[in-house]
Amino acid sequence: MQSLTTPIDESSIRSLKVGDTVELTGIIFTGRDVVHKYLHEGGKLPPEVNLKNGVIYHCGPVVIRDENDQWKVTAAGPTTSIREEPYQWQIIRDFGIRAIIGKGGMGNRTLQACREYGCVYLHGVGGAAQVLAERIEKVRNVYMLEQFGSPEAIWEFDVIRFPAVVTMDSHGNSLHDEIQASSRAILDQNL
Amino acid sequence: MAHLKESLLELIKRTSSEIPEDVHRAILRSLENEKKGSIAESTFKIIEQNIELAKQKTQPICQDTGSIIFYVEGPIGLDQLEFREIAEQAVRESTQKGHLRQNSVDSLTGVNDGTNVGKGFPTIHFHQSREKVTRVQLILKGGGCENVGAQYSLPNPKLKANRDLDGCRKVILDAVYQAQGKGCGPGILGVCIGGDRTTGYEFSKEQFLRKMEDRNSIEELNQLEQDICSTANKLGIGPMGFGGKTTLLGVKICAANRLPASFFVSISYMCWAFRRQGVSLNEDRTISSWLY
Repeated sequence: MQSLTTPIDESSIRSLKVGDTVELTGIIFTGRDVVHKYLHEGGKLPPEVNLKNGVIYHCGPVVIRDENDQWKVTAAGPTTSIREEPYQWQIIRDFGIRAIIGKGGMGNRTLQACREYGCVYLHGVGGAAQVLAERIEKVRNVYMLEQFGSPEAIWEFDVIRFPAVVTMDSHGNSLHDEIQASSRAILDQNL
Repeated sequence: MAHLKESLLELIKRTSSEIPEDVHRAILRSLENEKKGSIAESTFKIIEQNIELAKQKTQPICQDTGSIIFYVEGPIGLDQLEFREIAEQAVRESTQKGHLRQNSVDSLTGVNDGTNVGKGFPTIHFHQSREKVTRVQLILKGGGCENVGAQYSLPNPKLKANRDLDGCRKVILDAVYQAQGKGCGPGILGVCIGGDRTTGYEFSKEQFLRKMEDRNSIEELNQLEQDICSTANKLGIGPMGFGGKTTLLGVKICAANRLPASFFVSISYMCWAFRRQGVSLNEDRTISSWLY
């Protein structure tokens, strides 16, 4: 088990390998389909959203106002990342993010950007919305809520020991590519 | 229809926060089966913790509370218009309470009005019955698993799949391979052989109403279900696609008549967070029993 704390420096990222389990502590920002397309098309981030050496989480949480009128996250697992494949490489390059948290893995352009700029893909357990919501200590802020709607907004969370597995590292390795190749070979033997 | 709204609120809350017992048993069996100390085992442990936590806190198992699909079987004379109005009201209230995420987006404007009510939201399938009792079943199906569903038209030369059961087997296994971990596996497949492009998918989803331990009464389909499940579990895709022994928890297949010119195989994939529940209602629409 490796511990990561935001902001994350490049050498910590370079030390991670596919198959490592990590626990992440610090600030993370959610961003999913609408945010990625918006940034790709040249949209501007609010000044408070600083992604440099930071983490973007592919997630559309369930957030309600509690009895004290504070934001409360009631469910927050990862969403499928591959939909951001057309945009992710550019966001890694332009915003200097060090880790992406999502599920299902991503493609070659993202893998190349991880290698080039020093970033990793961290796979959360899809569907584990309660276990992961428990690791969110606090909603620090929310941005573009009116414009994008709750699941697509940028939520800023404080997380503690958020669990994930490195499935794409900064050395060009992807667990997803390995499993795809090995499952293909076994399937061919069984057809 | 007195009490219907309260019953539907209860049904939605329980469906969103509690895994049905039959699915939970299948998950626990798979947890035992994975190699100790593997990523697959630790993933199953997180899944198991999540199931317990969601139930204890009465909060959504998964933040994607999915497409809301009701199956209503009621006596002749059941007022479907009134039922729909009340179901929509129950969906709005469940969304305000956070049992459902604000999950319904206008496809043209991109606007999410936060209600979960709109064209196709929620979906309600009505069936008449000669019995007096009304049964309401509910499936909440998330987008990640819906996106890896697939419909094949046979013959498929690329997959060497002909218009026979072996051809069906090939395309179903191809769908499992293509899905890898993207549908939040281990998954459960609902399959329809035949039908048209609409009914094929519709019947494939109805297969999710069957219990996990249920065996197909048609012997060829029973064998195909067992074969697909055991073959898929040899592929080593594992939970979340991390590698491991459990790629599928179960397979349910039905057949529907088709046109001579068409031969579709429609495959719906359900994630491990398989949210399905149902109730029988009394005449005053209070809940008389839970179906799963």
